[in-house]
Amino acid sequence: MLSRTADNLYWIGRYIERAEMMARLLEVGARIALLPSVGHGYRNEWDSLLQASGTADGFSHKYGDPVQRNIESYLFFDRDNPSSVASCFERARENGRIVRTALTSQMWDALNSAFQELRQLERQPRSELELGVLTEWTMRQTALLRGAIETTHLRNDGYDFLGLGYGLERADNTARLIDVKYYVLLPRVDFVGSEFDNYQWTTLLRAMSAHRAFHWAYGGDVTPAKIADFLILNAKFPRSLMASALAVERHLGHLEETYGRRTEAQEAAEGLRDALRGLSVEEIIEEGMHEFLSRVIGQVNRIGGIVHATYLSGEMR
Amino acid sequence: MIVSVSHRSVYRYDAPLRLAVQSLRLTPSHFDGQKVLSWEISVEGGTRGGAFRDGAGDWIESWSVRGPADRVEVAATGTVDTTDLAGMLRGHRETVHPLVYLRETPATMIDTALADLAAGAARGATSPLDTCHALSNAVRAAIAYRPGVTGAHTSAAEALALGEGVCQDHAHALIAAARSLDIPGRYVSGYLLADQDGKEHEAAHAWAELWVGELGWIGFDPANACCPNDLYIRIGSGFSAQDAAPIRGIASGPGAEALDVTVAVTAGQQ
Amino acid sequence: MSMAPAFFNEMFDDNGIRPHYAKLGDWTQHMPAELRQMKQAEAEALFRRIGITFAVYGEGGDPDRLIPFDMFPRVFTQPEWRRLERGIKQRAKALNAFLVDVYGRGEIIRAGRIPARLIYGNEAYEKAVTGFVPPKGVYSHIVGIDLVRTGPDDFFVLEDNCRTPSGVSYMLENREIMMRMFPALFRENRIEPVDAYSTILRRTLASVAPAKCESDPTVVILTPGHYNSAYYEHSFLADLMGVELVEPADLFVEGGFVWMRTTEGPQKVDVIYRRIDDAYLDPLCFRPDSMLGVPGLMDVYRSGGVTIASAPGAGVADDKAVYTFVPDMIRFYLGEEPILQNVPTWQCAKADDLKYVLDHLGELVVKEVHGSGGYGMLVGPKSTEDQIAYFRTRIEEDPDNYIAQPTLSLSTCPSFVEEGIAPRHVDLRPYCLVGEKIELVPGGLTRVALREGSLVVNSSQGGGVKDTWVLAE
Repeated sequence: MLSRTADNLYWIGRYIERAEMMARLLEVGARIALLPSVGHGYRNEWDSLLQASGTADGFSHKYGDPVQRNIESYLFFDRDNPSSVASCFERARENGRIVRTALTSQMWDALNSAFQELRQLERQPRSELELGVLTEWTMRQTALLRGAIETTHLRNDGYDFLGLGYGLERADNTARLIDVKYYVLLPRVDFVGSEFDNYQWTTLLRAMSAHRAFHWAYGGDVTPAKIADFLILNAKFPRSLMASALAVERHLGHLEETYGRRTEAQEAAEGLRDALRGLSVEEIIEEGMHEFLSRVIGQVNRIGGIVHATYLSGEMR
Repeated sequence: MIVSVSHRSVYRYDAPLRLAVQSLRLTPSHFDGQKVLSWEISVEGGTRGGAFRDGAGDWIESWSVRGPADRVEVAATGTVDTTDLAGMLRGHRETVHPLVYLRETPATMIDTALADLAAGAARGATSPLDTCHALSNAVRAAIAYRPGVTGAHTSAAEALALGEGVCQDHAHALIAAARSLDIPGRYVSGYLLADQDGKEHEAAHAWAELWVGELGWIGFDPANACCPNDLYIRIGSGFSAQDAAPIRGIASGPGAEALDVTVAVTAGQQ
Repeated sequence: MSMAPAFFNEMFDDNGIRPHYAKLGDWTQHMPAELRQMKQAEAEALFRRIGITFAVYGEGGDPDRLIPFDMFPRVFTQPEWRRLERGIKQRAKALNAFLVDVYGRGEIIRAGRIPARLIYGNEAYEKAVTGFVPPKGVYSHIVGIDLVRTGPDDFFVLEDNCRTPSGVSYMLENREIMMRMFPALFRENRIEPVDAYSTILRRTLASVAPAKCESDPTVVILTPGHYNSAYYEHSFLADLMGVELVEPADLFVEGGFVWMRTTEGPQKVDVIYRRIDDAYLDPLCFRPDSMLGVPGLMDVYRSGGVTIASAPGAGVADDKAVYTFVPDMIRFYLGEEPILQNVPTWQCAKADDLKYVLDHLGELVVKEVHGSGGYGMLVGPKSTEDQIAYFRTRIEEDPDNYIAQPTLSLSTCPSFVEEGIAPRHVDLRPYCLVGEKIELVPGGLTRVALREGSLVVNSSQGGGVKDTWVLAE
């Protein structure tokens, strides 16, 4: 397969996953903002979203203070923000247009209609658009595309590059979402275990559509340790770091079968899996959640870099 | 006369390049005035690609260097036995029709001054050959040799307006002046052996060839007010300096490029 | 006021419907306006869905623009087509012989049949390929020949397209959509299929692989990129042929061959069907100041490591001033009389012709020598005094850049229009494939001037397209 084609497919996966993460982040922000402000007030919470999504600098440059309506616009509609939902959908569709013939018609339909609907949303006055409508719309579109991929795409190397994009982006995003809660939202140790703390955790679970799944799996009280175990180490939860790492590893394994050669990318992915497998929540907390997550994000980036050098640049010898 | 050449070009990059591709027109022409005794092209760390003789009779070699590399060195060395044919390109096999060389390029665009220069020079000329000599002399008289005032992209018209330039400008001006009289002209790149009188020379040299009907292509070197003789080695030709460049290359990578060239042309075997 | 010229109507003669259109006559009888509108909407939705929204012939403009599709097919009989086919193949053969000649010894010029300056002084003449004979002696592998009809047996060639004629995806998609919407029509009429085009194209391209290619040749299509107005066609053809669609950055040169970057490392490329202009093929050869293109590609080409189709420099054969000499080429190289006629052409570069043209601007069609797409064109009888005056100035300023032709009475075909069915003027572009063999699928792209009375079929000027049928015997 042409490296550029693989690259386009890979980025479709990444952008769609990123769009979904943006929508989920917005939902976390909106829910937390409903609570009476604690200590730093809502301003801190919204700011934390910008921090978590890596868009704080761009935002403050354009809008200054983080006001909810502006943040919503920036994270959802703004084309100046390369990670906004709209930018992600536009880029995913552009990548799709370039490799039209590598997509199934259902996949193209999903990508294309999402883009067309987005244009219509953009034409509506912002005052008529509830944030909830926007985030739900996003989840539905991303699910439609994912569904189209799963049900129609050949299980060939193209499928694996899509999967790699999804997997790496998801690992990165989940790490960032947990980091919002653990590091940015809650800098003061005396909040730990408070009512407010639990509310934030639950919100995070909801944002990941994992609220009920968590209760089925763990039962009882919501404790940070259980949640961390669930979001980080539990391979059964599809958005967990472990599940994402396994997905990346699986797709790289398929590529090994298809191309008949093992690559450095596989070693890096296995390294991440092993690192996660050998850990307990206690050890993570001991290391420091933020430090741990930063390390994982770095590791995921490194895998992305190797995947690029190995498959997407066309320079493999 | 036996003339030896050593021509080294060293490209340096401040960040490693990924891939460099070069098209080299660095081999002496085949014609009655020169016989190649030995010649070798090498590109350090490079892979030789396709090689062929083009329609203008030039030998082209393609080379590529795979990165990462921060330096590319191109070397051409060898020895040629030259004969003075008074500028005539006798026995040179080529397919390109002379009329093709009436094409205008940015470097050889004709302006009023160039056309006037040509018309003035041609007045009173008794034969086509005479006209060409007159043109070459007129260009020589109008553009004094002075290095450093013109650059790689200076056009013939600009050099004439300045009244100063180097061999590249002389050649461009002569081509443009000839074209204004409907005489096909082309740019020739090569080497020049400095003679004993101690005059300043550029070892990597350039001159022009004009189409003189039945006599065919004849070289004129306005810079030295003569026709190429056995001190000259002809490498290749083109519409302009850019088109006749001995080395054309592109390096892909983020780095900036710096070039060092050393050319040594000496008499006798090396 | 002059009388309206009598246009040849391809469906009706004085006695009514011509036999080969009879079944279409019945078909329209049973198509009430509502059904027609429904079908029209359906066709449009299909076109949009597959994304075939680009301008033909590099006219630019809105990339999401849909070219109007006229559902009324155009029909040729088998004998009509056979003659066209012979004429087109003859022309494609002569054009290629001409290209090999002018990049070689130039016999036709030495023989005094074509002026030397017209060729060697031509912008499209490419010095870099002189002295090179491409594999199988083919320069132009896909020849698009634009034809018009003025009578039962009168076909004229309007122009030749030897570089990268576009629009063939319309030929294929128009057929596809007609078959989907009106399967019954295809049962009742025995229509020669066109869908072998992609197979033949691939075979043609593979047949001109360079001698250095020892295995099954790898063919690619080279596109300028997805912003190009014909990108859809590029990806459509790549998909049909099952070959990669590459951009210049996907290719690189090493060791005398061209390679494409793949997920499994570099893969050698043997034949490049390029849909990109000469100037953007190789910056080392054509544009030293540009980073576009594949550096070193031309050296590989010249040393026989890759085939480029159509060959760089092929454009000199479809120059509008060279066009007038094509009948001479046919006689010179093939020793045959041309089967298809040229439109008589006045060259404004010649003083006598210029005088005639300026005296008769109101009757003539004036074209720019290097123009395309119906811009820079004057249709005398359809133009205002002001337009004619404007063109007069332009021609006087730069006569070499213009040619003129008589206003041809283009044939008409029935078309679906607002009011129902009405005759509209049409032209035809068949696509002739030249490799080891010369082949032509029975059909082509029919363009139709949908504006009443208009003779301009270009999509930028209100033209549409329709399916083109050749009936089996």
